[in-house]
Amino acid sequence: MNGADVPTTILRSLAGFADPAFLGIVLLSLKVTLSAVGLAGLVGFPLGAALALGRFPGRGLVIVVVNAFMGLPPVVAGLAVFLLLSRSGPFGGLGLLFTPGAMMVAQFVLVLPIIVALTRQTIEDLWIEYRDQLTSMGADRLRAIPTLLWDARFSLVTTLLAGLGRASAEVGAILIVGGNIAGFTRTMTTAIALETSKGDLPLALGLGAVLMTLTFTINGLAFSVSRLGARYAG
Amino acid sequence: MLRRTLITAAVAIALAPAASFAQDRFITVASTTSTMDSGLFGHILPIFEGKTGIKVRVVAQGTGQALDTGRRGDADVLFVHARAQELKFVEEGYSTKRLPVMYNDFVVVGPKADPAGVGGTKDVAAAFKAIAEKKIPFVSRGDKSGTHLAEVALWKVAGLDLAAVRGEWYREVGQGMGAALNTAGAMGAYTLSDRATWIAFKNKGELTISVEGDKRLFNQYGVMLVNPAKFPSVKAADGQAFVDWLVSKEGQDAIAGYKIQGQQLFFPNAGDPNA
Repeated sequence: MNGADVPTTILRSLAGFADPAFLGIVLLSLKVTLSAVGLAGLVGFPLGAALALGRFPGRGLVIVVVNAFMGLPPVVAGLAVFLLLSRSGPFGGLGLLFTPGAMMVAQFVLVLPIIVALTRQTIEDLWIEYRDQLTSMGADRLRAIPTLLWDARFSLVTTLLAGLGRASAEVGAILIVGGNIAGFTRTMTTAIALETSKGDLPLALGLGAVLMTLTFTINGLAFSVSRLGARYAG
Repeated sequence: MLRRTLITAAVAIALAPAASFAQDRFITVASTTSTMDSGLFGHILPIFEGKTGIKVRVVAQGTGQALDTGRRGDADVLFVHARAQELKFVEEGYSTKRLPVMYNDFVVVGPKADPAGVGGTKDVAAAFKAIAEKKIPFVSRGDKSGTHLAEVALWKVAGLDLAAVRGEWYREVGQGMGAALNTAGAMGAYTLSDRATWIAFKNKGELTISVEGDKRLFNQYGVMLVNPAKFPSVKAADGQAFVDWLVSKEGQDAIAGYKIQGQQLFFPNAGDPNA
């Protein structure tokens, strides 16, 4: 690889946004990642809050397990989802393996523990702060969940972003369950892996720059929105 | 109000993609990294898809993993390069027929400085022996791919017991051909590559072909439809259409027509009953 042509290639990759095949890869990456994180948020926020406020035997163990699963290696998650979705596995009949749906499932599995664990911590801290106020207003623990989630909404944006970071950077799981099929399950990260294996390192680096630009933009947007929201909501 | 909007937006984001992945007519082909990394599929698939309207989804794996994908029923067609393993696959009943499609050859790739002193020889057995005796770094795929199996067989041909002679110089990377070439280039090692991936590889750096032209470096590709009697989910008609097309005159011409810098990468030989 010639060092001088790296910036040119990165620029070329950025300009490549106009190319429909490349645009397809970017859109698929966004679709898979955003929907996995969105679903994980829908499930994870209430679950995390319930874990923060609920009192049941074995709660400590559940918290430890959820926290530990934040470190679940993507390739393990991918393998587990692969075995479940394979035609020879229990959910083979769905025909999901080697489709974007399978990639979503794998990323959902990866992101959910992060959202549950971080939500649990956030809500627990809030609860300690506002417990007296909320109980004096007659709210019991479970009734307090929606209120606390709503009060914590700006912190929870960061929780979502942590999940998003995990999902958008990930290649191990989606490579196994998606198969990196051109025009169908090829995403930014699997394309980077493929170009690296073809020895086209400048192009791989260029794609990496594009991915970073996207991540930067999403984080910038999220920051601005929650800033504006916080000011607006007082 | 804001809360409801946010929740609606989240649901919409979560559910929208599921609806938009329309299921059109397609087959899934498990194939090798060499056919993908060399760009062959990018050349021949549009021709097939244009003619039949059947989309071909290629999952590029090592031959061992591709055969395993077939054994699980997760692919409709296998397009791989390890004849003995393919015949075993048929024998086990996972396919009813294996057809030869094309061939190319393997090359031993190594540093231009040629520390093993094997450059330019045609005798791959002698070259392997020299590499092992001088303990020059050698990168092995180590992933049960067709190329890995061919490499293991070549050590035997060289009269070496790999388990006995292997040492720190023998480095298994457990990855695809391109990754193995990247590694060999970075550590000044020799490796065995199929010629197509080598020609298409863009990070050659200090690597060059050390050994080529030995008959024992022959590399045959075969195609099989996964047995629909074993797995009802196999798309028998569309899969068979792809198999038939590959061995038809049109498919064979498409394969022969794939060239990089004027070099033909694969040579069709569907008509050869012994291939």
